[in-house]
Amino acid sequence: MNLGTRKLLDRSFTALGFGSIVIMGLALLVVLVPIVSNGLGAIVFRGTIEHRKLLYSEFRRGDANELEKEEALSNEYRQNVFTMLSAFENEMAQMDDAERDRYQASYDQVKGSLRALFGPVPGDTQPELTRFCYGQTRWDKAEEKLHNLLYEQKWDYSNPDVIAKPYDVSRATTFAGTSLVRLFPYVEQNLDKMLLPEWTFYWGFITDSSLDAHFFGGIWPEVQGTIFLAIGAMLFAFPLGVIAAVYFTEYARDGFLTSMLRSANSTLAGVPSIVFGLFGLAFFINTLHVSESKSVLAGSLTLAIMILPTIIRAAEEAILAVPKTYKEASLSLGSTKWNTIMTVILPAALPGILTGGVISLGRAAGETAPIIFTAAVSVGTAIGLGDVLSSPTPALSWNIYNLASEHEAAAEIRHVQYGMVLSLVMIVLLLNLSAIVLRARISKKLKG
Amino acid sequence: MQMSLEATEIKMNQENAVRDIYLPPERKKISGGGVPHVVAKNFSIYYGEFEAVKKVNADILSKYVTAIIGPSGCGKSTFLRAINRMNDLIPNCHTTGALMFDGEDVYGKFTDEVLLRKKIGMVFQKPNPFPKSIFDNIAYGPRLHGVKDRKALEAIVEKSLRKAALWDEVSDRLDKNALGLSGGQQQRLCVARTLAVEPEILLLDEPTSALDPKATAKIEDLIQELRGSYTIMIVTHNMQQASRVSDSTMFFYEGVLVEHAPTAQLFTRPKDQMTEDYITGRFS
Repeated sequence: MNLGTRKLLDRSFTALGFGSIVIMGLALLVVLVPIVSNGLGAIVFRGTIEHRKLLYSEFRRGDANELEKEEALSNEYRQNVFTMLSAFENEMAQMDDAERDRYQASYDQVKGSLRALFGPVPGDTQPELTRFCYGQTRWDKAEEKLHNLLYEQKWDYSNPDVIAKPYDVSRATTFAGTSLVRLFPYVEQNLDKMLLPEWTFYWGFITDSSLDAHFFGGIWPEVQGTIFLAIGAMLFAFPLGVIAAVYFTEYARDGFLTSMLRSANSTLAGVPSIVFGLFGLAFFINTLHVSESKSVLAGSLTLAIMILPTIIRAAEEAILAVPKTYKEASLSLGSTKWNTIMTVILPAALPGILTGGVISLGRAAGETAPIIFTAAVSVGTAIGLGDVLSSPTPALSWNIYNLASEHEAAAEIRHVQYGMVLSLVMIVLLLNLSAIVLRARISKKLKG
Repeated sequence: MQMSLEATEIKMNQENAVRDIYLPPERKKISGGGVPHVVAKNFSIYYGEFEAVKKVNADILSKYVTAIIGPSGCGKSTFLRAINRMNDLIPNCHTTGALMFDGEDVYGKFTDEVLLRKKIGMVFQKPNPFPKSIFDNIAYGPRLHGVKDRKALEAIVEKSLRKAALWDEVSDRLDKNALGLSGGQQQRLCVARTLAVEPEILLLDEPTSALDPKATAKIEDLIQELRGSYTIMIVTHNMQQASRVSDSTMFFYEGVLVEHAPTAQLFTRPKDQMTEDYITGRFS
């Protein structure tokens, strides 16, 4: 091969490698940017006065005097809306039945939209569900609701060959000629004065418990459940895995049984996680009865079984990477095998073992399928440490799925879903970062 | 279980006349030395079916320096590592014949190989300090054998480092990682680490092959210092080194102990044609 071709080949391979790295980076950006930007929206957003009311009455946070002043200010503007409503109701009372029927449905929608914006309107009884006690707590949502107030959505069925298309009809035209027609421009122009939005940093999103199935409040029960499950899994899997790895590398003789065990271990690493979930239900709960039904304990055990092969693998590789000369040196000084393992081999293998451990911890924190049947519930409060043996817990991974697909008002709480995703990503990222730092520190100590 | 050196001396006294032939006449005799410390009788080592060391008969005399030379793959390292049973680490390795240390069978059914290795220290080809501090490296053995007291450990560390001629170089940085030392210092540290458990025999497996000439000279000086206090066996590729540091020399070829004689005699008047061919460089 001549020099020119060789250089050309070399250059094209460099370009190819660089290109693939760039594509990978872009893919990462495409994934991470929406997660981070939307997820941060759960914590940093323009909160309305309704948000501050909620914080004060549910969590006793915020300044009561300040809130009272704000409330007075916003009620001043809201009062006009309510006056218009009662004026129109009087007007309706004087209409004949046919005319009233024409307005009734649309009027109910208007009232519903106003409830969504401002909470209960005068004349309503105090609602039972927390979600109906407050208006829009977020300004971005309030603007959506305003659209529902101003426009009625209708469907265009004129062409039977295509799927019907929605179109907006201004309610101002619906109510043309009545007293209510003034309400729409008024609300549109004064919405900010009625809701008083201001930039809010809601750190409580992480530390508050959720209210009324995640309509309001934070995700602390999920965060805590995830931490409990991951740490619980590590408590079982890490010691067991390291001991198994020591057995494989230092004690097992190469033979049929050992190779069977090894391939069993590799196979276990490839089993789909849902299978572990069903196994956990069948074995830990139904057979061993570690708890009456779902519990953190059962979930931790299931997760432990799932990450065990990875930990064994990582620990095995780390132990095999310890120079044989350390072992020889230790043995030649009259050390027993056990002592050599404990004082020389394991300390030298520690960075690798820990890395494997923390990566497994991250995986345990993120897995959904194993905990569906063994530990996770959709809605719940944060459990105490004393309840881990018997109580199920909400967990981030499961609730992300649940809120996005099975929640009755999934579209209303997108920000909570994104916030949960971001929290989970951050937890896993932090765990992996700490693994890297830990590894670097110990390696540095070992290398001097 | 162990026989004292004196007892062994008395027991072996009758045969001493024969064994004296290994001793260099021109060197000063070492008092209390010259007793067979390690005795091999028809001793063979197998790797599976392969006989790596073939029916060796040899006496290693106490407190003297014995060198083992021979071409690569001749079994000299294997023989050395058999003495403190480091070959146990190799699967499929087994021995026949007898290897006696202090009158005890090294491969006996009831021999405690851990205790044996405490008495027969070893320094390896490549310096292999633990990734710990210099102090912890030296203190590793004593701690293992039950010395807990910090003062006592400090005394042992200083004594061992002084014996290994390393104290002056490292006394001010005992808490630094041993991997930060130079190769020659690391190897002397390994010697010190071995000396810290107070062995009777020091096995050196090509201790200078990874070192530069200056560090090599220091190790050789060290061997001269330690001669008379420990029974020393050194495997080396370097015939000049063997002639410089040893009292007697064993020449191995293809697993067979071809000749074992006082060093001066083996290098000037070898009895065997093969030995002569090897030391004159006709093959290697």
